[in-house]
Amino acid sequence: MLVLALDTATPAVTAALHDGSRVLAESTTVDARRHGELLAPAVERVLRDCDASLRDVTVIVAGSGPGPYTGLRVGLMTASALAATVGVHAYGVCTLDAIAFASGRTEPFLVATDARRKEVFWARYGDARTRLDGPRVDRPHDLPAELPVIGAGARMYAETIGGDRVGDPEYPSAGALAALAAEHLAGLAPERAAELARVPDGRIDSVEQASGLAVLGPARPIYLRRPDAQIPGAPKKVLEQARRGEPRDERGVVSGQ
Amino acid sequence: MSGRDEPIVLGIETSCDETGVGLVRGHTLLANTIASSMEEHARFGGVVPEVASRAHLEAMAPTVESALDKAGLRFSDIDAVAVTAGPGLAGALLVGVAAAKAYALGLGVPLYGVNHLAAHVAVDQLEHGPLPKPSIALLVSGGHSSLLLVPDVAQDVISLGSTVDDAAGEAFDKVARVLGLPFPGGPHIDRSATSGSGTAIAFPRGKYDDGTLDFSFSGLKTAVARWVEARTAAGETVPVADVAASFQEAVVDVLTRKALQACRRYDVKDLLIGGGVAANSRLRALAQERCDAAGVRLRVPRPGLCTDNGAMVAALGSELVAAGIRPSALDIPADSSLPITAVHV
Ligand SMILES: [Zn+2]
Repeated sequence: MLVLALDTATPAVTAALHDGSRVLAESTTVDARRHGELLAPAVERVLRDCDASLRDVTVIVAGSGPGPYTGLRVGLMTASALAATVGVHAYGVCTLDAIAFASGRTEPFLVATDARRKEVFWARYGDARTRLDGPRVDRPHDLPAELPVIGAGARMYAETIGGDRVGDPEYPSAGALAALAAEHLAGLAPERAAELARVPDGRIDSVEQASGLAVLGPARPIYLRRPDAQIPGAPKKVLEQARRGEPRDERGVVSGQ
Repeated sequence: MSGRDEPIVLGIETSCDETGVGLVRGHTLLANTIASSMEEHARFGGVVPEVASRAHLEAMAPTVESALDKAGLRFSDIDAVAVTAGPGLAGALLVGVAAAKAYALGLGVPLYGVNHLAAHVAVDQLEHGPLPKPSIALLVSGGHSSLLLVPDVAQDVISLGSTVDDAAGEAFDKVARVLGLPFPGGPHIDRSATSGSGTAIAFPRGKYDDGTLDFSFSGLKTAVARWVEARTAAGETVPVADVAASFQEAVVDVLTRKALQACRRYDVKDLLIGGGVAANSRLRALAQERCDAAGVRLRVPRPGLCTDNGAMVAALGSELVAAGIRPSALDIPADSSLPITAVHV
């Protein structure tokens, strides 16, 4: 088994190769704004570090989020396009599961990552391998009380959450993602493996609570929010507008109500 | 290189709402497959970037597969990958750029990040053969209204003018809305206008005689809205066909006038019109009339190559390969405001 794993659901752009028992190479760069620039070279780098070729890769795994959408899509698009060219399956694994797995914790805890707009993506775990609830998106003060919180969302909102509850790791690592996936892939029958990777028909938006509690799924994003868009009403009257001096945006549509 | 020995280029376009995948061998079109999210945007009255980005991610793999099927090719037949690196919607571009990098990396072939506007120009070579050097290009769509001087589409494209406010296609959408016609407005206005008179109402023509090669459609759009409202307020019926025809006449009059001014000013005898608005029947007719009068040869690709598509990206990629241009690095960004001076990145 040679797993290529990557994750772009947080500011960490991370890629790794894993042979089923250990991480062979890993590359992680934290830069919230350059996922598109950093990921492909990172994949190239981990392959070079192992003297491996993409043709040696037997499975590709990407963090399916939740995470800021623009960056998240880079990882999933990369994974599915690479998988198509190499002829292997691509899987998605909830990014929060990878952070939980890396923590090695044996007691209940929460994972929280930055969801922007003063919210966090979060999930509740019984231990490093067991997600009990989530992923969800909420404001930090709405998180369940008392449990320790790991992930960058904990650190960002340490004042709200309480500094003594904040733990590590801050970001997902593709090494941990690969290890978690490898654990679940080992011993999986080929038909079952193919079934898990198959992207179901229908819009992603209709299955936003996508992943359920299963660890391995198809390489598609967990969005948790609908796109921001408002259906416009009837066009406002230009003459009335001019009389009332209402503001208009540059697209000529009346702003505000 | 010629005929079957020419490299096969995969082109990927995601700058707006169309997921376009094209396959080209030299100047030969092998496949041009498009998945559009337009229906999802229609109820919002315009393209919603996040909706477009989500749709691109979902549509990419199936669209690539379908293009390969149509061309009877396999991934291993692809010799290079070209992708729109800009300009366009940032999040939408990023999906295409990520896909293209992964295809190039996975196949071990060179990557070419290209300029969307230059691709609109290059695509005509798939239909009408090599582009005369230099040519003038008028690109009009919901996203752009540009006049370009094209000494060499593979490496040298110069901007002569562009809109200072709305794109021409945007004006079509907004006037369609005022007239109660569906989004996108272009085809509906075109159809409605066939039964109206282009001279019924004298709508203003922005920057008509200002000596520049720039456009302005915002004043026209407002004038149409005021005119329609005044009739409605007076309890009169709005003559939709006449408004559509007169508005359309004002737009195409300015577009063709400036395009031919550009030909004259730079002593160029070949004019190319591209972009979604190039499908407008009145624009084609008036452009032909004025080109004939001025002794200018007119080239307009068929509608499927005028609107955003992957073949145009593959066509420009093919041009870059033939010209021996160095491939792009795997760390190129998607640049939403990529200037036309950067034909490739
Ligand atoms: Zn375009």
